[in-house]
Amino acid sequence: MFVLIVGSGRVGSAVAKSMLSDGHEVSVLDENPEAIALLNRGQDESWEDLGGSFTVGTALEIDALLEAGIDRADAFLASTDGDNTNIVIAQIAKKRFEVELVVVRVLDPGRAKWYAQQGLQTVCPTQTAIELLEAAVRGHKSSRGGAG
Amino acid sequence: MYVLIVGAGKVGWNLARELVEKENEVTVIESNRRRYEVVEEELEHSIHYGDGTELWVLERAGIGRADLVIAVTGDDEDNILICQMAQEKYSIERVIARCNNPRNLQHFELLGIKPAVSATDLILRLIEHEVPKYGLVHLLDLKEERLEIIEIEVPEGCPAAGSTVKDLGLPDGALVISILRDRGGFVPVGDSVITAGDEVLLVLDIGLEEIVTERFACP
Repeated sequence: MFVLIVGSGRVGSAVAKSMLSDGHEVSVLDENPEAIALLNRGQDESWEDLGGSFTVGTALEIDALLEAGIDRADAFLASTDGDNTNIVIAQIAKKRFEVELVVVRVLDPGRAKWYAQQGLQTVCPTQTAIELLEAAVRGHKSSRGGAG
Repeated sequence: MYVLIVGAGKVGWNLARELVEKENEVTVIESNRRRYEVVEEELEHSIHYGDGTELWVLERAGIGRADLVIAVTGDDEDNILICQMAQEKYSIERVIARCNNPRNLQHFELLGIKPAVSATDLILRLIEHEVPKYGLVHLLDLKEERLEIIEIEVPEGCPAAGSTVKDLGLPDGALVISILRDRGGFVPVGDSVITAGDEVLLVLDIGLEEIVTERFACP
């Protein structure tokens, strides 16, 4: 499978590395040329020596997306630090390039929920954190004898 | 009419002023605190502080009853999102988006956001109108007589290159008056051959420029 990841921050770079080690073809696009450092970190060989590719460019630029291989991507992951950028490029990947699997990270639960209803596969770390924290507190049995 | 404007930059602020002047009800949303404070001195309660791409901020500003939503922030992805949510989530029929980078116009189009206004694109079109093709120089415009004299380069591969003057296919009202070649020039006859690299002087009726320049444009 050919996986294109846009945004090489903590999340994007970590997913990229594990997809590559699973044997997938992985291409990463980031506007910051230094973002490749996160892809190289903790690896014995450099990202590119391991077979990954890295393109410098802005997410909304069609030329950059094409250079990174969007037209032959099987999976597309939008993980830049901008919710709106992610939502827009995910729709471009789906509607214009007809990528089969498009997953988009959206930090704001409101937008994540609404766009999920519109058919985008959104992942909302904030909502996940809220649910985990709520569950952790609810699951705690207090030994101090307070109410509930 | 109730108009919601997102982005209180120069465009948003001036739009708000004009629309208020024309007796519309206007709310502006601005996410930069300092900018908000500056504009608030004039617009007072008509400006809200917040991120206009957040649903609750839009709702607090009354997007549900807006007749028109205008997204004029400096970020194209924000403008796309605001208009998309206005249209699809809040069923606003009329939206206007600013497109900062004309290369992004295709994204507005793809996602059904119309109209998207790009100042850069508008200026580029004006430039194209004023200077229709590269290599074209207006030597003389005789406005009263409705005639112009232009000089045009003959690029490799254009229809004119290799053609005789009489076979150029120029419309009535256009005449080749001189061919400049190798630092010299001559007045051609019908059988003179135009070659790539020449510069050709033509006299034209005003309005024929577009048809004539096509003969000198590469396909």
